[in-house]
Amino acid sequence: MPVKTYIQAIAEATIEEMERDESVFTMGEDLRQSVYGATAGLLERFGEDRVIDTPLSENGFFGAALGASLCGMRPIVETVTSFLWVGMDQLISQASKMRYMFGGQAELPVTFRIRMFYARGAAAHHSDRNYPIFMNTPGQKIICPTNAYDAKGLMKTAVRDNDVCLLFEDGIAISSRTEVPDNKDLPGGELLVPFGVANTVRAGSDVTVVGIAGGVQHALDAAKLLEPEGISLEVIDPRTLVPLDMETILKSVERTGRLVVVDPAHKMCSAASEIAATVAQDGFWSLQAPIQVVASEQVNVPYSPALEPLIYPTPEKVVAAVRAVLN
Amino acid sequence: MALDKQQLEEMYRRMCRIRYFEEAVIEIHSSGELIGPAHPYIGEEAVAVGACTALEDSDRIAGNHRSHGHPIAKGGDVKRAMAEILGKSDGFCKGKGGSMHLADFSIGILGESGIVASSVPIATGAALASKLGKKGFVSLVFFGDGASNQGACHESMNMAALWDLPIIFMCENNGYAITTSYRNSVSVEHVSDRASAYGMPGILVDGQDAIAVWEATTEAVRRARAGEGPTLIEAMTYRFEDHSLGLDRIRKSAYRSQEEVDEAMKRDPLKIHRAAMMTHAFSTELECDEIENTVRAEIAEAVEFARNSPFPEPGALFDDMWATPVKNTPVSQSTRR
Ligand SMILES: Cc1ncc(C[n+]2csc(CCOP(=O)(O)OP(=O)(O)O)c2C)c(N)n1
Ligand SMILES: [Mg+2]
Repeated sequence: MPVKTYIQAIAEATIEEMERDESVFTMGEDLRQSVYGATAGLLERFGEDRVIDTPLSENGFFGAALGASLCGMRPIVETVTSFLWVGMDQLISQASKMRYMFGGQAELPVTFRIRMFYARGAAAHHSDRNYPIFMNTPGQKIICPTNAYDAKGLMKTAVRDNDVCLLFEDGIAISSRTEVPDNKDLPGGELLVPFGVANTVRAGSDVTVVGIAGGVQHALDAAKLLEPEGISLEVIDPRTLVPLDMETILKSVERTGRLVVVDPAHKMCSAASEIAATVAQDGFWSLQAPIQVVASEQVNVPYSPALEPLIYPTPEKVVAAVRAVLN
Repeated sequence: MALDKQQLEEMYRRMCRIRYFEEAVIEIHSSGELIGPAHPYIGEEAVAVGACTALEDSDRIAGNHRSHGHPIAKGGDVKRAMAEILGKSDGFCKGKGGSMHLADFSIGILGESGIVASSVPIATGAALASKLGKKGFVSLVFFGDGASNQGACHESMNMAALWDLPIIFMCENNGYAITTSYRNSVSVEHVSDRASAYGMPGILVDGQDAIAVWEATTEAVRRARAGEGPTLIEAMTYRFEDHSLGLDRIRKSAYRSQEEVDEAMKRDPLKIHRAAMMTHAFSTELECDEIENTVRAEIAEAVEFARNSPFPEPGALFDDMWATPVKNTPVSQSTRR
């Protein structure tokens, strides 16, 4: 099976969906020259009308994408986590609320592809991991692919979905390579990964470790570190945070009795807090130890390489949390 | 002027519909039945009706918090509009939107917005869809003088002009954003002066004269359909009522003088249009009265309908969140009991 990078997977998904459906088009800043890597060659293939370089107006063009989606188009918008703040009015007041507020009249088939850079010395203005913010504003689907296979399959599902999808492209996951089957080798002739179905990346028996976005890799690394000691981790990747497959997580905790959640977002009101709270409430009687959350410290991202690495989850922090739930 | 008698009468009918609808809302408010805030459009009827008369049914509009006039002018059903304002299940949005969020997608009303200027990018996107998909409709967005200062407005105008989008930016300059006068908040003489900065025509028009608004909009629509791009129209108008119902404290404040209000109210858009109908179409007093009486009955019926419409069932709370519901979408996901 061919091995592909995460970016290749996103690019393939984009091309396949644009070829399949004429109403799909891409818009964002510097797309045509593919500054962020996933839109190379789109202009030559699909022309100016379907590959739109926008002015630097996030609020304006996020809104324009939403408006276009109300009238039969299916935009794919490329942006970066930290630039979402500039477009928050459109993302919250319109994207999240429009459908419900208008009694179900609106369909908003927009996919926002959101590059999530962090841990690379970009300082506080370019290191946001802000998906939990949108978990608190009902109305959007939140997708965090952590490998090339899921990136392609979830992205294609997002483009076909009739709700606003925010797809966060994690800066750690993005350097990964995974096997992605060719379409001809797939049963339905294409790769689609459903929303709301968690992936048990690694089966294990002692501790359930839920990884969010880049947290999945830390969980897998921790599992390797602990293997020689005979400690077996079950690593679960929810893949989508809205919808969130709590059932798979609760079932795993039923067997292991122990939970660690790894989330690169800041700790307070993170995806990890939501998962921990739900397990505390609905899985309390399965728990044999207090839940541990490994998330980013509640400080802004510092620039200096002496400081920045201190704030994020690491495999070592996950190992320590696992030891804590085992004691 | 190329409006025939039937069209002029239809304009008058819609203007009356807005006026009497708003009067009914005010009455409902004073009787304590109104649920949330509402922003009366009285005094500004000529803008929405003049503009919408220049549109086809398939054209799209979007609006703002002063939200009843736009959908009624576009042909929205007053029964369902009133039911929405009372939070009833027969409302446009099944009681989920209320006064500031009237929308009827089936006739091109893409919705009113409570966040000032927030629907301007949405309408711009509708125009983008029309252009990209060669759909042929135009998009028109109503916004206030206050909204004209929002970044969303500037960003949208730049994009629309850059891409020659089929959109009309219809600024309803009623002189104030709540209590802040436009003189104190807009840096140029007229909002329409800003159009040149984006490279589109800026048209200043008497917003109390529905025919003048229709004429300006008709030319803007022609431009839009011909692929010549957007137009910014600034309609000078005046709101005869408080900013919103229930803001008595503000009414008594001195942000606009009684003389100014009295002076402005002399130019009632309904009276101006009634006179125009007589001049241009030889409508008789009787014919005009007839329209008014019919519309009054229509509004009374709408109020009756809205009052009798049931509130939504509690079970409707979670309806209409998702267009593509899938396993574990929240709502079904309420695992936390
Ligand atoms: C972003 C935002 N800021 C402030 C408000 C509060 N607000 C509601 S209406 C309004 C005035 C709007 O003035 P204008 O755009 O001129 O419209 P008008 O009310 O005069 O029709 C304000 C400040 C709001 N709804 N949204
Ligand atoms: Mg105003």
